[in-house]
Amino acid sequence: MSLETDTRPAHAPAPATDAMDPYVEELLGQTSPTDPTTGDVTITNYTINFGPQHPAAHGVLRLVMELDGELVERIDPHVGLLHRGTEKFIEAKTYLQSIPYFDRLDYCSPMCMEHTFVLAIEKLLDLEVPLRAQYLRVFFAELTRIKNHMLNLGSHVMDVGAMTPNLWLFELREDCMMFYERASGARMHANYFRPGGVHQDVPLKLLADIGDWLDTRLPKLFEDAISLVADNRIFKQRNVDIATVSREDAIAWGFSGPMIRAAGLPWDLRKSQPYDVYDRMEFDVPVGTRGDCYDRFMVRVEEVRQSARIMKQCLREMPEGPIASLDRKVVPPKRGEMKRSMEALIHHFKLYTEGFHVPAGEVYVATESPKGEFGVYLVADGTNKPYRCKIRPTAFSHLQAMDFMSRGHMLADTTAILGAMDIVFGECDR
Amino acid sequence: MRSPAPAFAVSLNEATIEAARAALGPALEDARERVFEVQLFVRRDQVVEALRALRDTPGLEYQQLMEIAGVDWPERPERFEVVYCLLSLTRNHRVQVHVSTDEATPVPSVTGLWPVAGWLEREVYDLFGVLFDGNQDLRRILTDYGFRGHPLRKDFPLTGYHEVRYSEAEKRVVYQPVQLAQEFRNFEFLSPWEGAAYTLPGDEKAAVPQAKGAMTPASADQIAKAGVAQSPATPPAGTDGRYAAGRTPPGKDDHPGNRPEEKPVDPDVVPTKGQGQNQ
Repeated sequence: MSLETDTRPAHAPAPATDAMDPYVEELLGQTSPTDPTTGDVTITNYTINFGPQHPAAHGVLRLVMELDGELVERIDPHVGLLHRGTEKFIEAKTYLQSIPYFDRLDYCSPMCMEHTFVLAIEKLLDLEVPLRAQYLRVFFAELTRIKNHMLNLGSHVMDVGAMTPNLWLFELREDCMMFYERASGARMHANYFRPGGVHQDVPLKLLADIGDWLDTRLPKLFEDAISLVADNRIFKQRNVDIATVSREDAIAWGFSGPMIRAAGLPWDLRKSQPYDVYDRMEFDVPVGTRGDCYDRFMVRVEEVRQSARIMKQCLREMPEGPIASLDRKVVPPKRGEMKRSMEALIHHFKLYTEGFHVPAGEVYVATESPKGEFGVYLVADGTNKPYRCKIRPTAFSHLQAMDFMSRGHMLADTTAILGAMDIVFGECDR
Repeated sequence: MRSPAPAFAVSLNEATIEAARAALGPALEDARERVFEVQLFVRRDQVVEALRALRDTPGLEYQQLMEIAGVDWPERPERFEVVYCLLSLTRNHRVQVHVSTDEATPVPSVTGLWPVAGWLEREVYDLFGVLFDGNQDLRRILTDYGFRGHPLRKDFPLTGYHEVRYSEAEKRVVYQPVQLAQEFRNFEFLSPWEGAAYTLPGDEKAAVPQAKGAMTPASADQIAKAGVAQSPATPPAGTDGRYAAGRTPPGKDDHPGNRPEEKPVDPDVVPTKGQGQNQ
C-alpha cells in the first residue's frame, strides 16, 4: 500500500503525520462515533481447557492454560482423572496378587513396572535369583523399553504433525506385543516377572525370533522412520530450543530418565545402581547438550539402539538353569512336580491362597523404567500383604514442571513439550 | 545383599550416618541402617533445616528429592509418618528421612528447597490428610473434584463411600452411596495361635527362618544380616564412592541353582515304565 493514496474513510480524523499508517487510529481505538466499530486492542488473557479429551493430551490430562494471545502465561495441570486407588488395592492383596496392578500402571511398559516391585520384595526377603532369571528379566525389560519408546517417539512425531513414522513405529510395537504374548500369554499385561525370577521359561524359538527381529526388522523399520524426522526441517523447527531445561532445574524438579539425560547429566540407574545383571551389560548412556525437546527425542532414539545392543548381549550370554528361585516358600512348584509330590501340592495351595510372608522392614527400590526413575517404597509388616506400597511415578515430577517449561512458549508448543515428556496416566494417577 | 536389587553405594551407609549426626545435630532423633538403607528420623519442626543440611553439606550432597511417601500407623501416638526419599547424584547414595505427625499438626513444607515437593506434598495431603505449613497450593490432586475424606488412611474402607455411574434416566453421571452386591471379603491369615511367644531355650536360633517367605517374627533387616553372615563371600555392592562397583559375577556354573547337581531333572516328564503317562 502506498502512502500517497489516501484510503481512509471520509469520516476518519486527519493523521498526525503523513508517515502514519492510515489504520493506526482505528487500531488504537480512536474511532469515530459515527462508525461504531469496537476497535478494542486490549486483549485480556483468557483461560482454556486442554483436555481431558484431547488426543495430544496422551490420556486424561486436563491442562488449564492461561493464554496471552497464543503465548502460554501459566499452566495448571489437573491430574488424577485416572486415579484408581492402586496403592489402596495393593494393601488388601497378597504380594503375588499385587503384581498385575503394576502392569496397569504404565501400560506402555508393563514389565518394567513389575521389575521394580519384584526387586523390592526380593530385597526385603533377601532372596537370591538364579542367573538365567536375571538375564531374562533384563532381556524383557529392554524389550519393554523399545516397546515404550516406539509408542512415545511415534506419538511425539505425530503431535508435531508427521504421520508416517508413527505408523511404522507402531508396526514394531506390535511386534513387541507379539513377543510379549509368546513369553507370557498376554499382549500387554504380562504379569511375567515374579518374586524370585520369572513365571516360566521362554521357548528357544522365541529367543531365536527376537534375535532375528533385532538384526533385521527393528533396524530397518526404526532407522527408516527416524531418518524421516531426525533431520527434518519442520520437525526441528517444532522441537529445537523448545522448553530448554538447565541441569540445575532438572535436578531441582526431580527429573529422571531421558529427561535428566537430555539436560546433560549422564545419570542412568542401570549404570550407576545396577540391578539384576545390568552390571555385566555393555551399553552407552546418551546425553543431550541443550536440554530441549529435540534432545529428549534423540536421547530416546539412541536408547532404542542401546537396548537392542543389551538384548543381543543377553542372547549371547544367557546361561541355562532354573528361571526362578528354588525356594518353595516363595516360588510355587511346577505343575508336573505337583502331580507326584504331596509337599509340592501343599506349597502350591498355600502360595496361591495365603501367599508368602515378607519380613517387616521398609525399602525404597527404584529402577530405570523407560520413562525415568520408577520407585516403590514398600513397607512390610511381616504378614502376607504389603502394609503400604507407595509408588513413585515418573510422570509426577515431569508433569509438575510443565508450568515452568511451557511459560512463554506458543500454545502449539505444549503438545511438543508434552510429547517429549512421555507421560502415561495410568502411572501418573495410579 | 544377596538379592539383585539396585546396588547403590551401600558401603557409604556408616559414613553417611556419622556425617548426618554431625551436620544435623539435635534435629536428628535417630539414625539407623535397615535392610542396607539409611533411615534418618528427624524432628518435625526442624525438617526444613535438616533437609537443607542434607542437600548442601559437602559429603552429604543429596541433590534430588525423589519421593515423599506417607504411611499411616493408627496405633502410634502420632499416626502419620512422612518419608522423604533423597538421592545423591554425586555420591550415588540414597537416604530415607522420616518425620512423624498427626491429623492436626502441620509439617513444614520443603517447597522452598525443592520445587518438586509441591505436588508430592499435595499428594500426601490428599491421600492422608497431612497438612504442610508453607505449601502455597495445598489442593487435592489425585482424588475427584469435591471428594471428601483421605482414602489411604487405614480407617478408610477399601470400597469407599460413594460410587459413580451414568444414569440413563437423568442423562448424566450421578453419585450415590456404595451398594455392594456381596459383602467385602477380607481373609485373615494370621492365626491367634501364632500370636503368643512361647520361647523355649534354643528357640532363638530359629528366629531367622530356614526358608525365605515363611512366617517369621524376624525383621527383614535381621534376615538380611543373617544372610550376609552366612555368605560373607559376596561383598556388599558399591565399594567405590562414586559409582557402585559391579558385584563380582560368579562363574556361570557355580551360581546357586545352576550347578549340574542342583539342576532339576526335567520335572514334567518322568518316564515310568509300563505305568502310563505321569500326567
